[in-house]
Amino acid sequence: MSVTPTTRSSSPFSYRVVFEKRLKEPAGFISFIITLFAIFIALVISGIVIELAGGDALKSFAHILKASFGSLGVFSDTLVKATPLILVGLACSVAFRARLWNIGAEGQFYLGAFGASAVVLTPLLPADTSPWIFITVMMAAGILMGAVWGFIPGFLKAKYNVNEIITTLMMNYIAVAWNNFFIYAIWSESGFQMSRVFPKTAWLPRLADYSKTVPAFRGLTTHLGLLFGILASILVWFILYRSRWGYEIRLIGDNPKAAQYAGLNITRNTILVMMFSGALAGLAGMSEITGVVHRLQGAISPGYGFTGIIVAWLAKLNPFAVILVSVLFGALILAGREIQPSGIPKMIQGIILVCLIASDFFLRYQIRIVRRV
Amino acid sequence: MDDPNPPFNQTSEKNSVVEMHGIVKHFPGVLANDQVDFTLYKGEIHALLGENGAGKSTLMNILAGLYRPDSGTIMVRGKKVNFHSPRDAIQVGIGMIHQHFMLVPSQTVTENILLGLNDPRFLMKLPEYDQVVKDLGERFGLKVDPRAKVWQLSVGEQQRVEILKMLYRGVDILVMDEPTAVLAPQEIELLFRTLRKMVSEGKSIIFISHKLPEVMEIADRVSVLSKGKVTAAGIPAKDVTIQKLARLMVGREVLFRLDKKRQEPGPIVLAVEDLNADNDKGLPALQGVSLNVRAGEIVGLAGVAGNGQRELAQVITGLRKCNKGKIFLNGEEITNQSAGYSIQRGLGHIPEDRTQVGTSPNLSVTDNVIMKKYCQPPIARGWLIDMNQAVNFANQLKDTYEIIVPSVQTPARLLSGGNLQRVILAREISGNPKLLVAVQPTRGLDVGAIEGIQRLLLKQREAGSAILLISEELEELVSLSDRILVIYEGKIMGEVQDGDLETIGLMMTGTPLEKIQKGVG
Repeated sequence: MSVTPTTRSSSPFSYRVVFEKRLKEPAGFISFIITLFAIFIALVISGIVIELAGGDALKSFAHILKASFGSLGVFSDTLVKATPLILVGLACSVAFRARLWNIGAEGQFYLGAFGASAVVLTPLLPADTSPWIFITVMMAAGILMGAVWGFIPGFLKAKYNVNEIITTLMMNYIAVAWNNFFIYAIWSESGFQMSRVFPKTAWLPRLADYSKTVPAFRGLTTHLGLLFGILASILVWFILYRSRWGYEIRLIGDNPKAAQYAGLNITRNTILVMMFSGALAGLAGMSEITGVVHRLQGAISPGYGFTGIIVAWLAKLNPFAVILVSVLFGALILAGREIQPSGIPKMIQGIILVCLIASDFFLRYQIRIVRRV
Repeated sequence: MDDPNPPFNQTSEKNSVVEMHGIVKHFPGVLANDQVDFTLYKGEIHALLGENGAGKSTLMNILAGLYRPDSGTIMVRGKKVNFHSPRDAIQVGIGMIHQHFMLVPSQTVTENILLGLNDPRFLMKLPEYDQVVKDLGERFGLKVDPRAKVWQLSVGEQQRVEILKMLYRGVDILVMDEPTAVLAPQEIELLFRTLRKMVSEGKSIIFISHKLPEVMEIADRVSVLSKGKVTAAGIPAKDVTIQKLARLMVGREVLFRLDKKRQEPGPIVLAVEDLNADNDKGLPALQGVSLNVRAGEIVGLAGVAGNGQRELAQVITGLRKCNKGKIFLNGEEITNQSAGYSIQRGLGHIPEDRTQVGTSPNLSVTDNVIMKKYCQPPIARGWLIDMNQAVNFANQLKDTYEIIVPSVQTPARLLSGGNLQRVILAREISGNPKLLVAVQPTRGLDVGAIEGIQRLLLKQREAGSAILLISEELEELVSLSDRILVIYEGKIMGEVQDGDLETIGLMMTGTPLEKIQKGVG
């Protein structure tokens, strides 16, 4: 133990950078600038990789931009990709607010799709039903099935303290298998692993459907589900910040002990929040199946349920930010396919995510350059 | 290790080891330290007093390298220093022990002490170091098993580990932030013995405290901060009185004798009959407790910590189930009902743990004060919450109860302990409860805040609430209560009305009242 302590003044620099913990929440615009900066850095890093791979980074980015926001047509496609993400992102946000780690949005999405399909395929309603009745009943069925899939882990958590992370994750697999059973065995159309196409009356209206009256809408695929997403964002915000139930959710999520002390019914809320979360994810499934796919088949989701977790976190569980983040991710999903089936676009997504998460550091710490004395 | 302060310097008693000059530290919206001077002599225990938010912790965090001052100089043993981190401070021998311990519960005492050090490098060689830790502990009277895991230790023992950690790192200027707040009386005695031993070996100690009698007992000199400024700089403890110190802290005379109006208590509000309940470990915590509290009276429950007070409060407020017995609130049975059920029937509760239970840290002050009102109009409007009403209500409480906070939208976690307690009190009292269960309502608060809280309790008594006051501060119990019950190992030992401290003390240590009276008679 005969180590003499070295002095710290050996550094040749007379200035140094220090990180200090912020004592106050940074203003809103700072957090916005930091976010933009994080995305910028992510693009720089991605650009370097593209250059190293022999590509032209600027051209690639220009292409991505063009392929996702370049025209009304592609922007409409971006919104189509964003639609399920908004609903699933909201589903995750609500659950995470109550500190319930619902990572089963994927399964609830599948069940929602199943519920909506069942209305057509059982069939509960004849094919010539009015579209509005069809859509309403299918929405109800999708929401109900999603809520049921949320209720099971919620009930197990509330009554028996079963870890909801495990149950929701496992129920994703059950949901996929459940759907598969129906498309292989019950509703299989002439041996293919998919159902028949839904009658037009069961399709969510698209903008393109109105191109006769508004010519600008020609070929636009954006469907009614986007409106569901936006309305759901407003609803979720309103519930969280202006309703008694939302207050309970926020209190339970922030300090369950205080919630118990204040006399809240945590058991009931756990179940209700999981059902609400499941219902939103179920609505996402319904919207996707009736707005885009138009039949029940396998692989209806390229992992929307899991992307929703990321969306919720990046949006900091803010219902309106969920919309913006979803559009960004929708753009990446869409444009990604344009430049390469896999690889670079996925990488860009990953780098943006890492940079955004890392940028949180600057929300909690401030940088100061100080003179060495 | 070279001692930079050779012993022959000790000729003068006034041999300063730390000199802080003109320390200024701003936090957004607050001037926490305003031109503060502070001097610590070698081999003294220097008490640092001040109300909550007076700037004591800020000053000491600057000395320990956690914060950097906006301006001002710090000299340690005559040499100017500039700390960038606590590590720098420890290198010149300054260490701080915070109120909340920084220990790893799953590791042993020795592992915690070695944590973050470069030596041993690869192999832990624990038996060897266990011995080193043990020897160090014996030298300073810090008895703790080096091989015990930290989670198995009592709070007092954990504090000893923290002190050992500092001693092991060669610290000879030790800052302790309210070290006695968490300790039982016997543990305080042990701690003081250790501190005296350390001082006799030439170490210097800064002792932050709120408890004046304790300061008079242990400190050589006292400095007082008030609103960021020094109001007393290093006056010898033997030259001051408790009253004078209290005045220096709050800038006015503190009434240690509260004027309590005589009033006849009303009907029984809370009746507890033969209550039995278990603690968290499933062991019996309450064994046949019976008591009642009438409207307009304060019943104090005295006892050494851990004798069932916590469980009793929880069972009455619906946060814990009892195995046997009955509880009545205004004649209606509330045994084993939910917390919400009793709240609706007029139960107010000031919980023991104001940050973990009493408030929600990331929610705003507004959200925190409507915790028990969000279901009732005017704050509730159908299934909605009227945010304007809620904010008005919060602002009203903020003014009435003098909660110091920039805005009612501020998250609760940014409030000081005293202000947080005011938020809780404001919330509970504003509901005009028929029964108020107050558990340690003034723990950890400074003199000024304590007085404010005690006045609020007395006012609530005059307003006709029945108050069950559970406290470990005997003086508080005696000055506030109409009657005092003493609990020991989950049983009520007896009741006194005249505040006879000796009798209470005997009951607290397990002698039932009848035996005491027989002994006298």
